[in-house]
Amino acid sequence: MPEVNVNGHAYAVHGAVGTTLAEALRDELSLTGTKVACGEGHCGACTVLVDGIPTLSCITLVHAVDGAKVTTIEGLRDHPMVYSFVRADALQCGFCTPGQIISAVALVDSKAAPSTEEIRHAMAGNLCRCGAYPKIEEAIRTWQD
Amino acid sequence: MARLIRTEKEVEGRFEEVWLVVEEDALQQWPAGAREVVGQPATRVDGLERARGEAVYTADLKLPGMLHTAVLRCPYAHARVARIDLTPALARPGVHGAIGPRDIPQLEEECGYQGTAVAAVAADTFEQARAAVAAIEIEWEQLEPVLDPDEAIARKQLVGEPRERSRGDLEAGLAEADIVVEGEYRTQVVLQSSLETHQSVVQWVGDTIEVYTSTQNIWGVREEVSAALEIPGDKVRVVCHYMGGGFGSKNDADDFTFIAIELAKRTARPVRCALTRREENIASGNRNATIQRLTIGAKADGTLTALGGEYVNATGWGGWSTPVEGPMQQLYSCPNVKTTTWGAKINQPPMKPFRAPGFVEGTFGLESLIDVLAGKLDMDPLELRRKNYAGNDPSDDRPYSGKNLMECYRRAEPHWERRHDVRARSTDTVKRGVGMASQVWYGGGGPPSYAWIRVGSDGHATVVTAMQDIGTGSKTAMAQIAAEELGIPLDHVTVTIGDSARGPYASLSAGSSTIPSMGPAVRAAAADAKRQIIEIAAQRFDLEERVLDITVGNVVSADGNLTVPLTEVLGLLESAQILGKGARGPNPTGMTVLTFGVQVAEVAVDVETGEVWVDRIAAIHDVGRVINPLGAESQIEGGIIQGIGHTLSEHRLHDPRTGQILTTGLDAYKLPTIADVPEIVSELIDQPDEHLTNLGSKGLGEPPIIPTAAAIANAIRDATGAEVHELPISREEMLRALKEAKERGRIGAPKEREGHRAPAGV
Repeated sequence: MPEVNVNGHAYAVHGAVGTTLAEALRDELSLTGTKVACGEGHCGACTVLVDGIPTLSCITLVHAVDGAKVTTIEGLRDHPMVYSFVRADALQCGFCTPGQIISAVALVDSKAAPSTEEIRHAMAGNLCRCGAYPKIEEAIRTWQD
Repeated sequence: MARLIRTEKEVEGRFEEVWLVVEEDALQQWPAGAREVVGQPATRVDGLERARGEAVYTADLKLPGMLHTAVLRCPYAHARVARIDLTPALARPGVHGAIGPRDIPQLEEECGYQGTAVAAVAADTFEQARAAVAAIEIEWEQLEPVLDPDEAIARKQLVGEPRERSRGDLEAGLAEADIVVEGEYRTQVVLQSSLETHQSVVQWVGDTIEVYTSTQNIWGVREEVSAALEIPGDKVRVVCHYMGGGFGSKNDADDFTFIAIELAKRTARPVRCALTRREENIASGNRNATIQRLTIGAKADGTLTALGGEYVNATGWGGWSTPVEGPMQQLYSCPNVKTTTWGAKINQPPMKPFRAPGFVEGTFGLESLIDVLAGKLDMDPLELRRKNYAGNDPSDDRPYSGKNLMECYRRAEPHWERRHDVRARSTDTVKRGVGMASQVWYGGGGPPSYAWIRVGSDGHATVVTAMQDIGTGSKTAMAQIAAEELGIPLDHVTVTIGDSARGPYASLSAGSSTIPSMGPAVRAAAADAKRQIIEIAAQRFDLEERVLDITVGNVVSADGNLTVPLTEVLGLLESAQILGKGARGPNPTGMTVLTFGVQVAEVAVDVETGEVWVDRIAAIHDVGRVINPLGAESQIEGGIIQGIGHTLSEHRLHDPRTGQILTTGLDAYKLPTIADVPEIVSELIDQPDEHLTNLGSKGLGEPPIIPTAAAIANAIRDATGAEVHELPISREEMLRALKEAKERGRIGAPKEREGHRAPAGV
């Protein structure tokens, strides 16, 4: 039974072998802020931090993160990046937004003031069908304001 | 007072004559320009809960005891179920129910497209349901698919009747033309690709069915379910508080909702039925492919004399034939126009509306050929467009309620002027150019729509209406409108939406209609509440009502002698509330209500590889009064980015022999990413439409995607002389067009004048 620390709380996960991290978070722990949009690792909506690294939770088995420290959007609810996304109008329908914010937080954790090219590189794996991209770029550029 | 009128109602370019009960709209429009709240940039009232992952979408809903559904869908483009046995599925672990053809009309034996729903299983987990579906014994009789739209039309295999629209005499117009250009344009199938897939969670509570669904049309789903189940509308409760994108594809209840309802009935449990991404890419709708065979005749001075179009909508197995001819009918003043539009029924999944259905495709064809004409006339494309400006609706000569397209053209000038500098930056292998295209579309909304408002003693107000916010920010706009009318700060307004049992009838969110339909009703409700507050204040302070107003949270008298906080008046209510109600009034009679705009694109083309980059797009649109400039800018950017995907990368492919769909995942179907976004400059005319409602606002959801493809194609032509005729402009299409241009002579030289041929028949 894998033990995972999610947002500072330790959980023993009961899911069968083959359960993804996204399923464990959403179905077992009821942390539904992490969204699943494709279930195949192509869209980035399910991105969470595993030991600080942005990770696609829909194609990560929960048994593979035994002992790891997982951060979901619920663990970042008062992060300045959340407010920066709202301020910049960097979301429309909002379904991809938690994943976008996780990727953005990982980026600024490694470099507080990334260049436009660095933002585009780091965020290219997070699809937004509404096309909030210009505002997402702005939110990441101005997150410390 | 309620009034019964016979009127034309439009949704997504489809018109029908209906009886409507409307209430008069007695409010005067606010003067043009930004006000205290309306016209000021506002962040989303529901931004924080969405960003924090607290918003509960249909995808997040987990009802106690809820079962999960998997659906057996036809794997072939055309097939018949020869034999089906659900028994093995029912024997699988965790399974509580299974249904097949004949159990409900949405499950079919005759399958006209890959993805037709045939059977469904409900189980404790989705994995169990999926395993049970795999255990269903089924034998297929495969049938020959019809995949070529022209062949379908030749066989008279049609969706709807062919639509002929004509004015003047096309042949006479061509005869008097000094120059005639023609071209065939093709557009591809693209997918709405909402990130929250189509889905419903349903449960029976007594004799009421509760339907939690990801929808753009709460009241439409209620109506469909009520009709299908033959139960009263109020026994159907439809709920959608947050939804993860629709783009036109979520206007119906659809098979998944009825599957869930039937399985919930049989199992006496709540049931979820959600499409997987693979199902979504096949069976949830698409923007259908088109073939457009176009002819334009003009005088040497650029005056259009004839417009002819033979249009084919490859609608798939169902759906409807979109107004792809609309731009040719309505964009330019031209006395002789004839269009015929066919809906070809082929063995592909049915279309569903996708952001300005028909007009996106039709604008690509028409506006591309207009630039070809400009090239042959050696005329500035902007001047050619101005020359043929339509003062009245050219299709029926009705006046426009408001039209500022000339102002859009004027504001486009500085962007258009950049073309000399842009071209000058070309190199031997990378050519640069600038192109433009105009936009026309509906977006006026209409009645009926209703809103309630309650104002408490603390000076806070709640707007209640059963509309939906599909991510466009309409909830925020409603809060702004109510705050403006009531004279209170934006953060004193809450908006409660998304539940047919908890608010009055509201417009669907399609056809760019939410703000123009709902906004005036919300303002009317707020005005009704404000009137009552002033009545109370007049009695309390012994003043005449007509000298009182509410501004910035205060009740004030015209002479300035009285300024008391609103809460002092409302405090008299203690825990009670002022209740206001409002309705959307009628649209102006005898007038055409449309939205307009122009976009100017700058591109770079690598003439060796065929790669195209969009560097910059300037968008200028006229949608009447702007409620929220920040949200409006987001709509424009989002529309343009989807337009770029449509133009350059998105393509739902099928095997031309078997009809099998090849792009079922988001790896193969290429949506734009943040790295594909150009510089976007957006501008709105922001002039209230003086004849349209108490707001003068039209919708902005769809207009920005309409001209993008044509503007890019025209910029490519400007850069290279190559004429692209197909979307997406893949490298193959770009290299083909470059080769063709080279064969025509020096790159960039205008094409030789051709003799006129009648439009190719279909």
